[in-house]
Amino acid sequence: MENIVFVKNYDAPIINIKEILRYLGVKECTPDFKEIIDSCIKETEEKLIYKVCYSILPVKVQEDYIDFGLSKVESNNLKRNLEGMGRAVIFAATIGIGFDRLIAKYSALSPSKALIFQAIGAERVESLCDAFNEEIVQEFIYTKPRFSPGYGDLPLEFQKDIFSLINPTKHIGIFLNDSLMMSPSKSVTAIIGIGDKK
Amino acid sequence: MKITEFLKDNIIFLDGGFGTLLQTKGLGAGELPEKWNLTRPEVITEIHQNYFDAGSNIVNANTFGANILKFPKEELEKVIKAALDCAKAAKEQSTGAQQKWIALDVGSTGRMLAPYGDLDFEDAVSIFKETVTLGEKYGADLIFIETMNDCYETKAALLAARESTSLPVFVSNAYSENGKLMTGADPAAMIAMLEGMGADAIGINCSFGPEGLQSIAEEYLKYASVPVILKPNAGLPKSVNGKAVYDVLPQEFSAAMAELVKKGIRLAGGCCGTTPEYISALTSACGDIKPLPVTDKNITWVSSYNHAVIFDKKPVLIGERINPTGKKRFKEALRENDIDYILKEGLAQQEKGVDILDVNVGMPEIDEVEMLKTAVCELQTIINLPLQIDTSDMEAMETALRIYNGKAMINSVSGKKESMEKVFPLVKKYGGLVVALTLDETGIPAAAEDRLKIAENILAEAEKYGIGKKDIIFDPLALTISADSMAGRETLKAVKLIKEVLGCKSSLGVSNVSFGLPKRDIINGTFFTLAMGFGLSAAIMNPYSTEMMKAYVSYCAVNGLDDNCADYIEFAESITETIETATVEKSQSADLGNVTELEASIIKGLKERAAAITESLLADREPLEIVKTEIIPALDIVGDGFEKNKVYLPQLLMSAEAAKSAFDKIKKYAKSDKTADKCAVVIATVKGDIHDIGKNIVKLLLENYGFLTIDLGKDVSPREIVDKVVEIKAPIVGLSALMTTTVPAMEETVALLKKEAPWCKTFVGGAVLTKEYAELIGADKYAKDAMEGVRYAEEINNTL
Repeated sequence: MENIVFVKNYDAPIINIKEILRYLGVKECTPDFKEIIDSCIKETEEKLIYKVCYSILPVKVQEDYIDFGLSKVESNNLKRNLEGMGRAVIFAATIGIGFDRLIAKYSALSPSKALIFQAIGAERVESLCDAFNEEIVQEFIYTKPRFSPGYGDLPLEFQKDIFSLINPTKHIGIFLNDSLMMSPSKSVTAIIGIGDKK
Repeated sequence: MKITEFLKDNIIFLDGGFGTLLQTKGLGAGELPEKWNLTRPEVITEIHQNYFDAGSNIVNANTFGANILKFPKEELEKVIKAALDCAKAAKEQSTGAQQKWIALDVGSTGRMLAPYGDLDFEDAVSIFKETVTLGEKYGADLIFIETMNDCYETKAALLAARESTSLPVFVSNAYSENGKLMTGADPAAMIAMLEGMGADAIGINCSFGPEGLQSIAEEYLKYASVPVILKPNAGLPKSVNGKAVYDVLPQEFSAAMAELVKKGIRLAGGCCGTTPEYISALTSACGDIKPLPVTDKNITWVSSYNHAVIFDKKPVLIGERINPTGKKRFKEALRENDIDYILKEGLAQQEKGVDILDVNVGMPEIDEVEMLKTAVCELQTIINLPLQIDTSDMEAMETALRIYNGKAMINSVSGKKESMEKVFPLVKKYGGLVVALTLDETGIPAAAEDRLKIAENILAEAEKYGIGKKDIIFDPLALTISADSMAGRETLKAVKLIKEVLGCKSSLGVSNVSFGLPKRDIINGTFFTLAMGFGLSAAIMNPYSTEMMKAYVSYCAVNGLDDNCADYIEFAESITETIETATVEKSQSADLGNVTELEASIIKGLKERAAAITESLLADREPLEIVKTEIIPALDIVGDGFEKNKVYLPQLLMSAEAAKSAFDKIKKYAKSDKTADKCAVVIATVKGDIHDIGKNIVKLLLENYGFLTIDLGKDVSPREIVDKVVEIKAPIVGLSALMTTTVPAMEETVALLKKEAPWCKTFVGGAVLTKEYAELIGADKYAKDAMEGVRYAEEINNTL
């Protein structure tokens, strides 16, 4: 089976204010503060993109590792997650480098706004993942919750495998740094197990 | 025949998809395709041969990912040699009668360049140098840089090819559906930069099918003065029974391509999903098309990593405020390495609507080379305007041009022989639009006609370096009318002559005209209007001057350069708006009970308000007294609230920012320059980590509480941190790390500090850290949040 990488572009997902406030650690939001957040959200419009690239690969859960073809990884948590699944969606999602520019700008101008933008960015990329995830759930009979490198015992080093499997650098412009952080900073990679029956 | 010769009169056919073909031959997901040059050379040769047989003039060797990040040095040499051997074998075996060449294929390093990634620009250049040098050594006819989706990395690759080989270089970028590169550059920006640096052909590949790339291709044809490349995908992939099927078939592909070749595309091929069958169809569909000549579009322009600014009918505004001349506060910022100050100056000018920022950081007591480099990098991190590199230090100029992301404006060259000999080679090598002052060894001639003569000399000399007049903009020099009442008139006349006689663009440092006179703005505005009327293309000016902006917007409005007078109306409204906001803010007085007005504004986090009140208080109170009785108490109220979980972090920060704006006013009035009254604290985000929000929060609060805060930035090596600490004998260091993978760098820093600066206390923080972990790596203190960091610093300060 060929490894085909698909690219999807999304419109901005609906904003989840509660999540933004949660990232900010703000439990009670005054109208004044809400106004500031709204103005920050407005400023992100036009500056963000919503891109996902993904591939559907066969997966074999072995005794001590998980086999994605050329790439193998040891992780008990992911093994439990993928048990009984024949395939997996591997995907990468990003809201683009425009967001990092915004953060850099406000780091110089106003750390409080930089913090608010940080929370908005976290919410944006998670909402994008949710939108993509929901489509996968609709498309297949049975799917598992998405799982990212760094969750539980799935090593962060698995990022490198994901990058060679689906090449998000070429497809949607996510680069992997030496420290395994991604640029643009608000990017996510994850695996979703797919089963043929419930 | 050399490929560049052949290109003059012919359409060149390129090859098609490679990686996608290898997959059908069994290349697995994640396998490095370049390894097949060594393990399965027959497959590689066969694919190349099929392309040559189908009519390709150029095939790209299988070296897209061949770089020292992916292969050890020795293996890299083998991989590249084998790749070119395969292509050469294919060339010999092919029955195709056409002319054939072999390109070294160069793709992305896969790493993002700093500041948004962790790969240093010069490191990127070195990586590409390894690859291209080997390419030339093993017989490539040209270098084909392709599928680049970042402007800066493209520049690094092109620079490497130019510096270390003598081969022709083609450059092709991959665009997103918004018509821009992933990192934001539009076609005009790429064309300006790549042509400036001397690419032999430029264009577009990958991304979409020919239809999807049509509008981008047309942009290239509109702007480019060199041959244009188009190498689209066979549309988009679909999965049919586990096989990749692309949705544009050979006939449809070649028909669409033929239309674009008729419009002027000179190098045509395919990318992902295309096969020799597509190239066959392409060569037959284009067989009878006569190549359109490639014409010089004569565009005078500069670019940033994001867009180009074209010098055409509408005058271009160049903000002059990033310049220490005559500015006490700016000089102080330079001495203190206060980059934020420069950034704010840049952002404020952008807000005012300038098109380009002049950057001058020359001052006797600082290292201008280093400072200009830093300023250019930092400005380009947050501001998308093109920059004008303004320096007389040639080393600083070259360093800045090298790392500049785009095609810079260069300020300046003059008619002096020595100046031209130094500046023109840099303009040629890095690309750029250079400001040429009409003065020479004899000085500035009084008469406009004599300035014109100097301009003619400059053009003739530039020509010898291969620099055309579109890359030169003349500054006929505004001299003060207070010394010579005819000075203004002669300058205006020179502007006119430069335009009419030479057909060249002009720029002026407008405000010089009024030097020595009162109310200079009045003269400046009028002179600016007249100069634009005489054909001035650009002005280096102060965008905060209302008179200058009035002159500019009204000139544009009355000259048909402002549709529906939209810019004018916006400008007019902005003037009234400022007055209104001031009133609204004032009415929003405190409802916090027992606090002063200044305290209330800090608690509520109102920056402008806090600054304004401080300013008025300073009229009859001592600066330090205001700090002690109002600013610090207000900060304490908010700080306590935060520690008791009644105030949240964003609000704490807003208050801190308001306090800072009050402090900035205090600084202006304080008798001594010394504003910090507590010890020094060095802070940094550790090596490998490029997150700095947390660190910036700590910095802001430390400054508020009177610490002399030295911020080394992000991704800072242990050595750099320790050297700074030793240099200034800093008693405290704050370190931040966000990722588990960068905590070891933190540990290393702490260890090095213990060894070389044992007096120094460290506090650490960041998302992944815990108290236990901090102890484990030997830090003196784990700060769970910024306030705790400040409290710890105070504790240490009290023991000193």
